[in-house]
Amino acid sequence: MKEGTTHVESLDPQHELQVADPSGLEIPYEPSSTARKMTLNMGPQHPSTHGVLRVVLELDGETILTARPEIGYLHTGIEKEFEVKKYQQGIPLTDRVDYLSNLGNNLGYSLAVERLLQLEIPPMAQWMRVMLCELSRVSSHLTWLGTHALDLGAMSVYFYCFREREEILKIFEMFSGQRMMTSYIRIGGLALEPPRGWQKVVGNVIGRLEKGIAEYHNLLSSNPIFVDRTKGVGGLPVEVMMDLGVTGPMIRAAGIKTDVRKDEPYSSYEKFDFEVPTRSENDVYARYEVRMEEMRQSLRIVKQALDGMPAGPWQADAPHVLLPEREKMKTQMESLIYHFKIVTEGFRVPEGSVYQITESPRGELGFYVVSDGTAKPHRVFMRTPSFGNLQALGALLEGVPIADSIAIMGSMDFVLGDVDR
Amino acid sequence: MLPEVAAQNPIAVELEKGIPGAVVDLKTELDGPVLYVAGSSIVAVAKHLRDVAGFARLSAVTAVDWWPREPRFEIVYFLHSIAKNTRLRVIVRAKESDSIESVSRIWRSANWYEREVFDLFGVQFFNHPNLERIMMPADWEGYPLRKDYPVHGHKYSYQDE
Repeated sequence: MKEGTTHVESLDPQHELQVADPSGLEIPYEPSSTARKMTLNMGPQHPSTHGVLRVVLELDGETILTARPEIGYLHTGIEKEFEVKKYQQGIPLTDRVDYLSNLGNNLGYSLAVERLLQLEIPPMAQWMRVMLCELSRVSSHLTWLGTHALDLGAMSVYFYCFREREEILKIFEMFSGQRMMTSYIRIGGLALEPPRGWQKVVGNVIGRLEKGIAEYHNLLSSNPIFVDRTKGVGGLPVEVMMDLGVTGPMIRAAGIKTDVRKDEPYSSYEKFDFEVPTRSENDVYARYEVRMEEMRQSLRIVKQALDGMPAGPWQADAPHVLLPEREKMKTQMESLIYHFKIVTEGFRVPEGSVYQITESPRGELGFYVVSDGTAKPHRVFMRTPSFGNLQALGALLEGVPIADSIAIMGSMDFVLGDVDR
Repeated sequence: MLPEVAAQNPIAVELEKGIPGAVVDLKTELDGPVLYVAGSSIVAVAKHLRDVAGFARLSAVTAVDWWPREPRFEIVYFLHSIAKNTRLRVIVRAKESDSIESVSRIWRSANWYEREVFDLFGVQFFNHPNLERIMMPADWEGYPLRKDYPVHGHKYSYQDE
């Protein structure tokens, strides 16, 4: 109705015929009108952000116009703390960066420092590291799968995933005495000798996990609600994803076959036989498929490590870096001196810098360690995969319905400790 | 003039042909060569490395503070080529008063990394789309990852407790 028309005029039957939609339900769509825009704060305390992430969404009805992620709520200054600690004291800090794949972080940091020290790691320690890192990858993916399915309304998968993850955490506890903050992989080898009877426990858990993964597949892969909410959702041209720094399962679900374990093998990954799964669909469902397949491949690696575990020492032969055995300290003078020197002064690392890349469950994890020749690192920079992946969130959420944002954020699998450091 | 140490490196030689005077130094670290580049030509170098040398990905950007040495900062760019499966580190030396041109127009992933370097080291980047603090609160004073910034912060000290 035009401005200035009176009530009486509007009742004119001639006028009513001119109105296209007499019910008045058809409202003209004006996306540029500022009055219809709404700003919504998602987080920093929102269950589907999986941590303290704030996303400022600008909405037009149900459609997201822009999404601006705000990070830093979990910034703990870990990189600064590295600079005042000795090299070996940095290991527990790496646990707390990506707290879902702590063994992978231990390994990345240890490899970087070992490369600077030019240490030779015995094969047994290398294989054990691979086995534990793969178990940790499965445990991380299980956490992701459970919470992602929970976000999309499948409650029971969450319980099943955490039930199986508990078994992996029990293995970690058996090895290191800790379920989550393991600090088991140390500079020069492992923290402790592997416990007696680990082969049997790991063997049992592989069987259980294989059964579990088949069960999740049955529950989700053809579940109409899950498929409807994930297929064709959350795509972005693959060049844009590369440009934004996306790595890991997200880029593999977009059709790019890249995996640090294959491209630049570390810790004797080249001796293991496994596939790098890729999909070309580039949506939330493809990321689900890639991670499911990755879990199966990880179990393949664990099985190979279990069958072919070499015998030998579990620590490098480097008395100036590694603490001596307790028994030797009581009988040998040199061991006591080394022990005293490592504990009080630490060990000196030759000058130089190294960028060590590993494949974390979330993507490319790089440790850039700069040494100035003292016992404390001059600078440790962590190129964490979640930080790189989260940069794509704004582009991924542009123009999608608000309900899809939950599925897309879940499929990115970021850990806020990994983002903020 | 290309420095003598860089004469053997094909990427450096190629770079010198395209942008004379860009390469100032080259170091060989344990994981490969590290190119030192003049700060004024970083965007031209980045464009060359992306389009000619094939480094399609910028993995990360960070900085190292060498205070009290001058120039105190080293801005480190981690490049990666998936097609050739090679990596390269490019370093720009910068004084505290210097402003470096942002490479976020060449690789969009530089956006957040440069913001982080600005936030934690106080290095200025010009032509950056949104140079704001990213980790620390917007009203934070000082740059925490500088070497002259105490670990416990400026405001508090253990003696007060």
